[in-house]
Amino acid sequence: MHMPKLEKIWLAIGSGSLAVFLIITGMLAVYMGLNPADGMKHTVEPENVETTEPFNHPGLEQIGPNEYRATIVSFVFGYDPNTITVPKGSTVHFQVTSRDVVHGLHIPGTATNMMIAPGHITEYTQTFNEPGEYLMVCHEYCGIGHQVMFGKVIVEDTV
Amino acid sequence: MSNKSQHDMTADMSGRNDAFTDFQFQKDDRKLIIAFISFSFIAIFLGALAGALQLLQRSGWIQLPSWLTYYQLLTAHGVLLALVFTTFFIMGFLYSGVVRTLDGKLTPGERKLGWIGFYLMATGTIMATITILTDNGTVLYTFYAPMQATPWFYVGLALLIIGSWFGAFGMFAAYIRWRKNHKNETSPLFAYMAVATLILWLHASLSVAIEVVVMLIPWAFGLVERVDVTLSRTLFWYFGHALVYFWLLPAYIYWYVNIPQIVGGKIFSNSLPRLTFILLILFSIPVGFHHQLTEPGIESFWKFLQVVLTMMVVVPSLITAFSIIATFELAGRSRGARGLFGWVKKLPWKDARFFAAVMGMIIFIPAGAGGIINASFQLNQMVHNTWWVTGHFHLTLGTSVLLTFFAITYWLIPVLNGRTFTKTLNKLGIVQAGMWTIGMLLMGGVMHIVGLLGAPRRTSFSTYGDHELGLTWLSYHQVIAAGGVILFLSIILLLYIWYNLLFVAPKSEKTIQYPIGVINEQAEHPPRILERWSIWIGVSIALSFIAYAIPIYQLIVSDAPGSLPFRSW
Ligand code: HEM
Ligand SMILES: [Cu+2]
Ligand SMILES: [Cu+2]
Repeated sequence: MHMPKLEKIWLAIGSGSLAVFLIITGMLAVYMGLNPADGMKHTVEPENVETTEPFNHPGLEQIGPNEYRATIVSFVFGYDPNTITVPKGSTVHFQVTSRDVVHGLHIPGTATNMMIAPGHITEYTQTFNEPGEYLMVCHEYCGIGHQVMFGKVIVEDTV
Repeated sequence: MSNKSQHDMTADMSGRNDAFTDFQFQKDDRKLIIAFISFSFIAIFLGALAGALQLLQRSGWIQLPSWLTYYQLLTAHGVLLALVFTTFFIMGFLYSGVVRTLDGKLTPGERKLGWIGFYLMATGTIMATITILTDNGTVLYTFYAPMQATPWFYVGLALLIIGSWFGAFGMFAAYIRWRKNHKNETSPLFAYMAVATLILWLHASLSVAIEVVVMLIPWAFGLVERVDVTLSRTLFWYFGHALVYFWLLPAYIYWYVNIPQIVGGKIFSNSLPRLTFILLILFSIPVGFHHQLTEPGIESFWKFLQVVLTMMVVVPSLITAFSIIATFELAGRSRGARGLFGWVKKLPWKDARFFAAVMGMIIFIPAGAGGIINASFQLNQMVHNTWWVTGHFHLTLGTSVLLTFFAITYWLIPVLNGRTFTKTLNKLGIVQAGMWTIGMLLMGGVMHIVGLLGAPRRTSFSTYGDHELGLTWLSYHQVIAAGGVILFLSIILLLYIWYNLLFVAPKSEKTIQYPIGVINEQAEHPPRILERWSIWIGVSIALSFIAYAIPIYQLIVSDAPGSLPFRSW
C-alpha cells in the first residue's frame, strides 16, 4: 500500500510517542503498583452483607502507625460509616461493598475513585497528606436520592 | 468508482450547493431514507429538550414539576440522543450512500429489509419512551443492573437493536448483489465503509443483545431471580465502546468520501481509508474495560491489556487526520493557492455543508486528546464518572459527529426531495453551526474543568450539604447552563432549517448533486485482502476472544452472588 513519505514520518512519530506513553504507564503499574481500584474478593448475597464479616462491623480500624482500614457499606442513599476521621499523613485501606445497587465512591482531590458493585468488594489504598474536609461522593447513578449520597473524610492537622 | 461519479466532477467544482447531476433516487428508496432521517429529527428535538431542562435543574435555574424527575429527563436524553437519534440517522445516511454508489437503486427485497428494520426500531423507540415518561424505566441509557426497569423498557431497546440489524442486512444484500454483478472490481469507497461500519455494529451489538435478551429480560419478567451485575456490565461495555465508533465512522465517511467533492478536491487514497476502517473494526471491541477500570471483579492485567488495545486507535486517527488535511491542501492548491497555508483560504468556508463539518473536525483534535486521558490506566481515576466524561462525549459525539451530521442533512434532504438549500438557509446553517460550536465549547469545555474538580456526572441539583466544594461546582454549572441555552436555541434554528428543507424551500428544477468524491488518479488499487471480510471478521473475533475470554470466564465461574432487583427511583 502506497503511503507518502511525509505520512510515514507522521505515523512514526505518532506511534513512537504512543509506545513510550504505554511503556511508562505499564511500568507505573508493574513496578510502582499504581493500579486503579479493583478487588477479586466476594461477599455473600448483597442482602446479607450486614451479617457477614467484615461488613457486620463497618468503620475505621487502626492497623499500624499511621495506617488504617476503612470498611464501608454503601446503600441507597448513603455510606456506613458516613464520616471517617484520620490524622494527616495516614494511609487508609478502603474496602467497600454495596448492599443494593451499584454505587461509586470518589474523593475529589485524591486519586480515590471506585465503583462499588453488589457481591464484590472494591479495594483501594490512599494516603492523605493534606489536612482538610474531603467529600466522599457517590458518582454512579443509584436512584432518586443519588445527589444526596455523600460522606466525608476529615483529615486532621495533628502535631 | 462507478462512472456516474466521474460525471459528477464535471458539474461544478466550486463547492457551492448548485452542482447538478443526473442521478436521482428511486421514489421508493427515497421514502425509506426520508423515514429514517425524519424519525431521527423528532428524537433529537425531544432529546435536546430533555437535555436543556435537566441542565437548568442541575444548575439551580428551574425546579421540575413533581411528575417529572431529573433522572427521567436524563434517561430520555441519553436514550433518545445516544441510542435513537444516532442509529436512525446513521441508517438513513448509510442507506443513501449505499444506494447512490451501488448501481443507484435497491432491489425490493433489500428495501423490504430496510423497512422491517425501520418499523422494529420505531416500535422499540416508542415503547422505551413510554416507559421512561411513565417513570418505569428510569435507569439511564446504560441500564445498569440491579436497578430494574419494567421489562418493556428492555424489550423496546432490544427491538431498536434488532431492527438495526435488519437495516444492516438490507445493505449487506445490496453490497453482495453489487459484487456479483461487478466481478473483480473494487467496491465503491462509500459502500465499503458502510459495510465496515455495519460489521462493527453487528459484532458489538450482539453482546448487548445477549445482555438484554438473555440476562435482563427474563430477570425483569421475574423468570429468574438474580442477575450477575458485573457480567452484565461487562457485556454492556463490550458493546459500549464500539458504539462510539459506530457514531464516528459515518462522520469519517463524510470526511473521506463526500467532503472532497464539496471542496472541489479528490479522495487522496483508495486504500488508506479502507485500512483505517479495518483497524477501527479490530480495535473498537476488545477495549470495553477502559470503561470499567475502577471496578472490582476484573483483574488489573486484563484492564491494562485492553488499555493498550484501546490506544491502537491512535494509528487510524493519525491516518485520517493526514488524509483529510492532504485532501484540503490539494484542493486549495489546485485552485491556485500559494504559500504554506494559502490553501486554507481557498476552502469553501461560506458553505454550511463544509463549515459545519470542519468545525466538528477542529473540535475533534482536543476532544480526542481528552479521550486518551480517559483511557489511560491511571489518569482515568482523576476523571472517571465525573463531568469531565460528559464533557468529553459532548465534544466528540455531540460536536464532531453531530456537526458533521448537520452538514450532511444540508445536502441530503435537498437531494432526496428536490428542494433547494437556498442562500438564506445556507447562512442560517452557518449561524447554527457557529452557535453549536460555541455552546458546546462552553458546556463541554467547562464540564471538563469542573469534572477535574470532582463534580460527578448523572447527578441532579445538590450543594452537598453546602460543602465548599459543592458550592464551587455549582458556580461552574452556571456557565455550563449558559452553554446549554445557546445549544437549545441552536437546535430550534436547526429545526427551522430542516422544516424548510422538508416542506417549504423552493423546488429545484434540476437534479441536485449527491456529492461523492472522485479518487485521485494516482491512487493505486486497494489490495484485494482489504475486501476479504471473512479474514477481518475472524481477526476481530480472535482479538476480542483474547481480550475477553478469560475475564468473562472468571466472572462466570467465580460464582459471585447475583443480585435481586431494585427500584430505587
Ligand atoms: C441542547 C443540547 C444539549 C444539552 C443542553 C445537553 C446537556 C446534557 C447534560 C447537562 C448532561 C449531563 C447530565 C448529568 O450528568 O447529570 C448530558 C448528558 C448526556 N448527553 Fe447531552 N446535551 C445536549 C446535547 C446532546 C447531544 C446532541 C447528544 C448526543 C447526540 C448528547 C448526549 C448525551 C449523553 C449520551 C449523555 C449521558 C447521559 C447519561 O449520563 O446517562 N447530548 N447532556
Ligand atoms: Cu449514587
Ligand atoms: Cu470507550
